[in-house]
This record gives sequence, C-alpha cells and structure tokens, in this order.
Amino acid sequence: MTENLKIAVSVSGLSKTYNNGLIALNDISLDIMKGEILALLGSNGAGKTTLISIICGIVNPTYGVVKVGGYNVIYQYRDARRLVGLVPQELSLESFETVFDTIKFSRGLFGKPRDNCYLERTLRQLSLWDKRNTPVLELSGGMKRRVLIAKALSHEPRVLFLDEPTAGVDVELRKDMWKIVRCLRETGVTVILTTHYIEEAELIADRIGVIDKGKLLLLDDKSVLMKKMGKKELQIDLQVPIDVIPNSILKYNIKLTDDHESLIYTYEKNSDRLGISKLLGDLAAAGVILKDVSTRQTSLEEIFVDLVGEKK
Amino acid sequence: MSFLAIQTIYIYEMRRFLRTLFQSFFSPIILTSLYFIVFGAAIGSKINTVDGVSYGAFIVPGLIMLNVMNESTSNASFGIFMPKFEGTIYEILSAPISFYEIVLGYVGAAATKSIIIGLVVLGTAYLFVELPIAHPGIMLFFLLMTCISFSLLGFIIGILSKNWEQLQVMPLLVITPLVFLGGSFYSISMLPPVWQYITMFNPVVYLISGFRWSFFGISDVPIFISLVAIIFFTAGCVMIIWWIFKTGFRIKQ
Repeated sequence: MTENLKIAVSVSGLSKTYNNGLIALNDISLDIMKGEILALLGSNGAGKTTLISIICGIVNPTYGVVKVGGYNVIYQYRDARRLVGLVPQELSLESFETVFDTIKFSRGLFGKPRDNCYLERTLRQLSLWDKRNTPVLELSGGMKRRVLIAKALSHEPRVLFLDEPTAGVDVELRKDMWKIVRCLRETGVTVILTTHYIEEAELIADRIGVIDKGKLLLLDDKSVLMKKMGKKELQIDLQVPIDVIPNSILKYNIKLTDDHESLIYTYEKNSDRLGISKLLGDLAAAGVILKDVSTRQTSLEEIFVDLVGEKK
Repeated sequence: MSFLAIQTIYIYEMRRFLRTLFQSFFSPIILTSLYFIVFGAAIGSKINTVDGVSYGAFIVPGLIMLNVMNESTSNASFGIFMPKFEGTIYEILSAPISFYEIVLGYVGAAATKSIIIGLVVLGTAYLFVELPIAHPGIMLFFLLMTCISFSLLGFIIGILSKNWEQLQVMPLLVITPLVFLGGSFYSISMLPPVWQYITMFNPVVYLISGFRWSFFGISDVPIFISLVAIIFFTAGCVMIIWWIFKTGFRIKQ
C-alpha cells in the first residue's frame, strides 16, 4: 500500500500494435516512482515516444493498463491527465500566437484558473519573460523549445515527460534545461525523459531504462547499473612499441592498440581477482617496459551498445 | 465538464477570427453587394416576383444561407485542421477534456462567427431591398441550427482531411454546388418536374426552404419537414464526431 503511494506512473503489460502491423511496444511493465528522474534510452523507433504518447493519452494502447497517480489513463483520464505535462519531440507551436498567450491557452485547456504570477515565474525561469509578447513565429529554435517547456509546465503538472528534449539545442539551453529539471525534482515533480544522448542520462537520471524494438531490456538505478554492468579498462602505455603481444600474456583479455604503443586490458570491476598485479608481473617478465598506466570506467553508452548488440 | 477548457478553446478561436477581421467582415459585405447588383438589379429587373415576393428580397435568405454554410464549414474545418497541421493537436488530445468539450469549443466559435456573418449579410441586404421577417423566432432558430450543423460538418471535414487540398475540395465541390442547386436563387417550382424530384435529394433544399418560410411565409417544402431535416442533419454530424473520437479515426492511433 505504502509502495503504491510512492508510484507516480504504473505501466503493466503494455503493448501497442499500429494499424500497419508495426509492433511498437511489446508487453512493457514498469513503475516510475514519485520525484525521480527516469531516462528512457533507445535508438530511433525503439518505442520510447509511443510509450510516452500512450501515458499522455495521445495514442490508444492495444493491451495493458497505465495509471498515473493511481488513476487509469483510459477510465479516469481527467484525473490522470491533470497530473501530466508533455514536452513533445517536434517543435509544435501555434505560429501566430504570442508566447504569453500560448502558455495561457495551455493552462486554460487543462482547466486551471488564470494565474499570471505563476506564468510569469515560469517564463522568467525559462528566460522567456522578455519575449512574452513576441509571436512564436519570430523565435529561434532554442526559444521555441523553451516555450514548449513553459506550455508543459503551465498547468503545474506532477509528472513531466520530456521527449528528446535536447535534440538540436545548444549547450547553454541544455544546461538550463537540466537546471530546471533538477529544480522540478526538488519540488517533487517526477521527470521522465527520452534520449539517445547517453551522456545526458548518465548526468541527470536517477534510474535508467533501455528500450529496444518495443521491449524494456532493463530498468535499474544508474549507479547500480554502472556497478553491475560496468567494466574497467587498464591502459598500459609502453616505453618501446611492440609488434605483437608476448605469448605469456595472451591468456589475459588484452589488446594491442593500432599504433602499437599501448596495451588495453579489460576486466570486471567487481571481480574478486582483477589480475592486474599478475599481469604487470608477467609483462615485466616478458621484458615489456612500461611508460604509464591509467584506468577508465566503461561509459553508459558502451553498456547500452553492448545490451542492444547482444539482443540483435 | 470543464467550462474553463471550453472557454479557452472558444476564446482562442474567436481571437483568430478577430485577427482577420477585415477579411471576415468585409468579404461577405462586398460579396452580398455584388450579388444584389448582378442578381437583384440586372437579372432581377427582368423577373417581376417569385411567389409574390420581389426577386431582390427573394434571394436574401438564400444569400444568407450561402454565406453561413460556407463560413461555418471553412471556419470549423480550418480551426481543427490547423492544430493537426502544426502538430499542436497533441496538447488537445492530452488535456483532461472529453470530445464534447473539444467540439463545444471549436464548433461554438465557428458557429458564432457564422451567425455574426449571417447577420452582417442580413444588414447589408436592408441597404438594397425592403425585407419583412414574418417569423423572427423561427428565422433565428434556422440561422442558429444551420450555423451549428454546418460547423459540425466542417469539424468533421477538418478531422478527416489529410492535407490542404482535401480541406478545400470538400466545401468547393460538395457544399457550394448543393447550396447553389438547393434553391438559393430560385424557387424549386420553377424547375422542370424531373429536376424538382431530383432536387428533393439535396438536404440543403429543406434548410433554405425553411429559412425562406421564416421571412415570407412561403416555402418549397412544408416547414415541419424542414425542421425535422435540420435536427436530423445536426444529430447525424454529432454521431459521426462521437464515433471519430471513440475510435480515434484520423486523430489518434
């Protein structure tokens, strides 16, 4: 019961097959906890946008149950949708409206009474206040993206979906956006973002889900995921380049770089025996002189590529 | 029901109308004046009366109908097609509102614009002809129902249209001929018997006939049938829209 109260979005056995026969989602189940930032990773066409669209009420599910704040998105759609804000992937805006009018429209559409102070705060937070009387048509791409966020926030949602929020935006806006996302989290808002910029997920998310071909491959805490699946690499720079790896160290998971100046040893970070000492000893015995040694943690991107690659 | 959401859509659509005020108001005034000059003065001078009514006055109900049917259809179809075209429909579909709230907002605004335009055309007609209104209540009822029903039809066209061409073709190829061939500028009794029979399959005949009855007390078909026809037409459009939203046809996959 207490656990249920902590769930912001619950997806159970969700499948979607489009009219053209495309299976976009295949039996997806996940719980998104209140106040967390969840990043959904996946390549183009993996099913991320379909999942978000079903939760927001834009696409009908074929099978399965989706609840937002405990409300079924089909049968209790009014209560469910009141809680949700969506920033779509495309820059879909009313071109001839001014910035202020368009966010006022969004607030009204969600049945929220007029609150110009809140809207002003939101626009200021997004550095849009100076542009409030500018028609959307005259804004740059980055500014339009900010307007989309302002529209999604205009009705004070408790769950915010950001579908590929940083696609085609500059570094400054990206930083601003993550600042806003963190501020929202502090006020208890649940944030779900889709991206294929893995470094973003690594930077901001609490939990990470990986979707591929409509299936949820994994869902875990970012740190646990990194720990569980993370590999480390030991780079050994050589004083004198070698042509081939000595026979005595071929038993190690080791590679020679293309320039023949370094050896890369990959090992499981959480393994009981890392084998580093023994390797270094064997290298010395084989007459290989070392110049420098450094280690590197496997990035989330490599984990993602491994996961999707394995499934293929 | 979310009155605030309905009001928001309604005001948004009315503001769009006000942005194109010149086009919205002056184009029907100019068009009506031209019709009066061509049909009323030039051709009308050769026709004495139709069923005891001067030809200039006789065409007024038809002219009003022609304008409101075209305006209702184009306003409502454009109103819902634009969010589809711009992609902003996502916001309407994800808002906590039902289909009838969406329809009330869009169709209500389109019908309001058409009523205003209908009254503008009526006012313009008074500059050219003497025009009695025998049954003002029925006249307003017909005007209101025509604006609502054709706005509903326009809303359907806007949802079903996949591109700008389809949005234009339906009013141009279907509604305009039906209105012109529905007795806007003539009495059905002036047609040869075969055409009189064929014309009865045109639903617009019943609307124009009923509307004309409210002015002059004369009609091509009994007023009761006209009333039933407009109510059936409106109900039919509502049913189609209900089905579209229930199935998500062309708006929701």
